[in-house]
Amino acid sequence: MSSALIRVDGLRKSFGDLAVLKGVDLIVHKGQVVVVMGRSGSGKTTLIRCLNLLEEPDVGILTICGTTILYPGRRSRERLGKTRRIRAGTAMVFQYFNLFPHMTALENVLEGPLAVRSMSRKEAVALGEHLLARVGLLEKRHEHPARLSGGQKQRVAIARALAMEPQVVLFDEPTSALDPELRNEVLVVTRELAGEGMTMIVVTHEVQFAREAADHVIFMDGGVVLEQGSPESSSTPPPTHACEPSVPSTNDIAARPRRRPLARWQDHGRTAPSKRLLQ
Amino acid sequence: MDLLAQAFPLLLRGLGITLLLGFLSFVLGCVLGSLIVLARISRLRLLRGVAIAYVSVFRGTPLLIQIMLIYYGLPQLGVEIPSLLAAVVSLTLYAAAYLSENFRAGILAVDRGQWEAAQSMGMRYPRTLRRVVLPQAARVATPPVGSRFIALMKDTSLASAVTVVELTRVAESVGTASFRYMEAFLLAGFVYWLINALLSAAQGAVERRLERAYA
Repeated sequence: MSSALIRVDGLRKSFGDLAVLKGVDLIVHKGQVVVVMGRSGSGKTTLIRCLNLLEEPDVGILTICGTTILYPGRRSRERLGKTRRIRAGTAMVFQYFNLFPHMTALENVLEGPLAVRSMSRKEAVALGEHLLARVGLLEKRHEHPARLSGGQKQRVAIARALAMEPQVVLFDEPTSALDPELRNEVLVVTRELAGEGMTMIVVTHEVQFAREAADHVIFMDGGVVLEQGSPESSSTPPPTHACEPSVPSTNDIAARPRRRPLARWQDHGRTAPSKRLLQ
Repeated sequence: MDLLAQAFPLLLRGLGITLLLGFLSFVLGCVLGSLIVLARISRLRLLRGVAIAYVSVFRGTPLLIQIMLIYYGLPQLGVEIPSLLAAVVSLTLYAAAYLSENFRAGILAVDRGQWEAAQSMGMRYPRTLRRVVLPQAARVATPPVGSRFIALMKDTSLASAVTVVELTRVAESVGTASFRYMEAFLLAGFVYWLINALLSAAQGAVERRLERAYA
């Protein structure tokens, strides 16, 4: 076996008559940051939801964090154990945060370590406070989500994901539900993680993020991988429609640059990104 | 005033029985209702079917019929139950049907993303329910459950039909003995109202407590 942390072969998934994934192959190595792009309905969200088995694939072979699971297959105790192992190894950051509203920020982060990793409360609190500090929210640890801004909620959600000490973190459009002013704080945290060697798969429409943080970019369209490569060396620029959201596809609205100025990122000490991709 | 003084010990006893019936069947009804709702949301079709049938029967027939069936009907099958127990059993079965639907409404109101967040960390089903879903469901279910408790407190008066000497029965016999029906039933009605006003206040306190995290 290679050093692949995630290996997916022939992944198919339908919802009723609607085939959302029509045979997707994917390899993600340890430490890689893979960005998945594509317009709404291209299957990108379903793909990462399959990776932590929130959606059960119809067909495919998944090897994730050393556990291999075949679809289709019969429900069994062994399979349930595998499912749980894969879920515990792959943490998910959701578009709408899905924080537990009845728990404080810290309790949200503690839940995984206490429930799944059977950590002692003392250890868990130490870890939780460390992680909240890392996303810049230690002073908010006793606040409930209702008192946090969208960006803060998503940062707590990232801390909660990290508390599982996962081998890979899956981000499902982590900034799509946020106001433009709040996206930045989430992207900064996400990029820092990437810089620290965390293996990540990020579904996003943030082209700028893809350019600067990704090792590997995957474009999906119609349930298949249309094109993939490193952000710098992609042989052909992907069709613009594949990376733009599908809303205003007519006339010049789609052509207008919709991302924030490059300078915002360079403030954080990043090198200028290649401009070949995503133009 | 004479009448009140004479009837007072009797009324107090009746009140005690009414409170016992109400609280005991509410608590037992909550336990049974929880089991029913677990069956109702289960993956197993058989369990779901049983739960649906249960709710349909016990919610769809008058409580008075259920009480009479248990107290007067069961002896025909050789099962004799003391009247107080018969009342507790039927009130419990009846309350459980309604309460399970209140609980279910609360559980359904919890966003799917909450289940998914718990699932995505590999949390097991019982813990997901206990730590994530039920605390949020409780907030939604408290107002209807409170209403159900109050309705149940009033429904205990039906136990008088199977010779349980609770508040209504006491009022009736005091009225019969003295021909002071007006005073006797007004007093009983006032006591029911008082109990329920207190329950209502308690419900408000519970709601405020559950609401704290969302302020």
